[in-house]
Amino acid sequence: MRAVFRYIRRNPSLALGIALLAMLVLFVLIGSLMVDIENARPLSVPALRPPSADYPFGTDRQGRDLLAVMVAGTPLTLRIGFVAGFIGVGLGTVLAFIAAYYRGVIDTVIRAIADIGLTVPGLLVLIIIAVSIKGTLTVNQMAIIVASLAWLYPTRTIRAQVLSLRERGYVEMAQLSGMSGPGIIFFELMPNLLPYLAATLVNAVSAAILASIYLEVLGLGPIDSPTLGMTLYWVYFNAAMINGWWWWWTAPTVIILTVFLGMFFLTVGLDEIANPRLRQSA
Amino acid sequence: MQAAYIARRFGVFLLIVWLAATLNFFLPRLSGQDPVRAKLLEQAQLGGYVQGGIEEMTREYERRFGLDKPLWRQYVTYLRDVSRLDFNYSIANYPRTVNELIADALPWTVGLLGTTTLLSFGIGTLLGALLAWPRAPHWMRWLMPPLWALHAIPFFLLGLILTYLLAFRLPLLPIFGGYSAGAVPALTWHFTWDVFQHALLPALSIILVSTGGWALGMRGMMVTTMGEDYVLFAEAKGLKAPTVFMRYCVRNAVLPQITALALALGQVLSGAVLVEVIFGYPGIGTLLYQAIRENDHFVIQGIVFTVIVALGFTTFVLDVIYPWLDPRISYRRV
Repeated sequence: MRAVFRYIRRNPSLALGIALLAMLVLFVLIGSLMVDIENARPLSVPALRPPSADYPFGTDRQGRDLLAVMVAGTPLTLRIGFVAGFIGVGLGTVLAFIAAYYRGVIDTVIRAIADIGLTVPGLLVLIIIAVSIKGTLTVNQMAIIVASLAWLYPTRTIRAQVLSLRERGYVEMAQLSGMSGPGIIFFELMPNLLPYLAATLVNAVSAAILASIYLEVLGLGPIDSPTLGMTLYWVYFNAAMINGWWWWWTAPTVIILTVFLGMFFLTVGLDEIANPRLRQSA
Repeated sequence: MQAAYIARRFGVFLLIVWLAATLNFFLPRLSGQDPVRAKLLEQAQLGGYVQGGIEEMTREYERRFGLDKPLWRQYVTYLRDVSRLDFNYSIANYPRTVNELIADALPWTVGLLGTTTLLSFGIGTLLGALLAWPRAPHWMRWLMPPLWALHAIPFFLLGLILTYLLAFRLPLLPIFGGYSAGAVPALTWHFTWDVFQHALLPALSIILVSTGGWALGMRGMMVTTMGEDYVLFAEAKGLKAPTVFMRYCVRNAVLPQITALALALGQVLSGAVLVEVIFGYPGIGTLLYQAIRENDHFVIQGIVFTVIVALGFTTFVLDVIYPWLDPRISYRRV
């Protein structure tokens, strides 16, 4: 325990990131005990009340209690990010290992697809996909749409890492001792990449959350769900800024800021674990 | 050797264009929508009663739009139209064509994004270089943490906060639009000033967010470059500090930044769609937003295709001039 504390003192970014995200989790946990989530539906409370004792975050024009919306919506948005991030990094890791370990034609094909895919602006492709799907989206569909492009970047970066790892002496040793390809990948390469994979995952989750909010604000999200992005969509839809309903956008803005800053500091902290060489230059 | 290199890069560019067109063609059709029937049903509902002959009408319209032909024939026709940059009519703004709409909006977006991207690239790169330079003034160190934190914030969120502070609370700048309502677009001093004022807030939110990224990248590269032997040699030779800084360090460290610039243009362009929406800026982003709200598929596809092609072309041009910027890289295959 003391060792953990000593490490955290050396790596303040990691501590700050974890603290910010922990605050969010606490807010959702305590909030769901105190607030009736049902009030996140339209027409459940009086409309357009500024923050007061009854409604600490105020209410919106359609009669949602914004505190309940935040308590219900934060986990939904995080879920989209985590599902898409996990699918993206999972798929990316598999493809990267196959490409970098076996090389040859497979490698050329996978690398070409990832490289070309990365030059195309992903968010615009996501728009085309989201527009093509008819009917109301669910939160899970949203996650899958975002995941459809989330594997490109992990594939490329993890592949580069594996390429440098597989030249190490212990991989050659394992090959000489008759270990199979998948065996080497799982027992020799994977453990050495874990910190790096963790940093990639946080990045991917953060990018997925950004992409989902982006689609939602454009009106391509799950219309019935009170996610953070949809809340912002209603903010713009009703021109809350010009009408002076400041409380409506303050709550989602603060929470989204906390999410992104938390994720950002977490990545910086994880990078330091994954890539100790950064310490000299920092 | 040069011709082969350029030809190969151009092949990649054509591949991207073809992929974008194919995606645009097949994705909406995969979802099994029937735009003609949907539109007719919508009209019938508006009219109050559903006619019996709606099936026949659907078939007739599909024949007229060429939708009854086999899929591959439609695909070939589509590719031919797209290669002539013909994206058909806008559904919501009929009889205007998609091309006209895009041509109206493009100068706004290119003006806003071109300026802000180059500005933040310049400021960020210089800042990053100075941050790694030991002789830089000490107060500059304090700039890094806020720039970092700003970099983690999405464009549109910062835009929202800035609008509230600088346009709503303190009404310093206009809150909305590309120029004042009622102003006549003309090349007068007055109108230019109006446009400039309206562009300030969106530009500021893009510059504040992206400068941090450039500074971060440049600083990392500078640290590596300054450890090189030739920098030590230049210092030992007694060259002046500014010479070592500009000619030996910055010149070498800036190369990866330029590669990143091409990729960043794409990200800025997609991210800036929302900035435009928030500020009601009359560019591509706002056009896209309206098209999505009005279900105007042709406009959406036209915009996405145009942007992808524009970026593919930028990358292509950059690939071609890169060996000229960095003589260490030859046109030959690596």
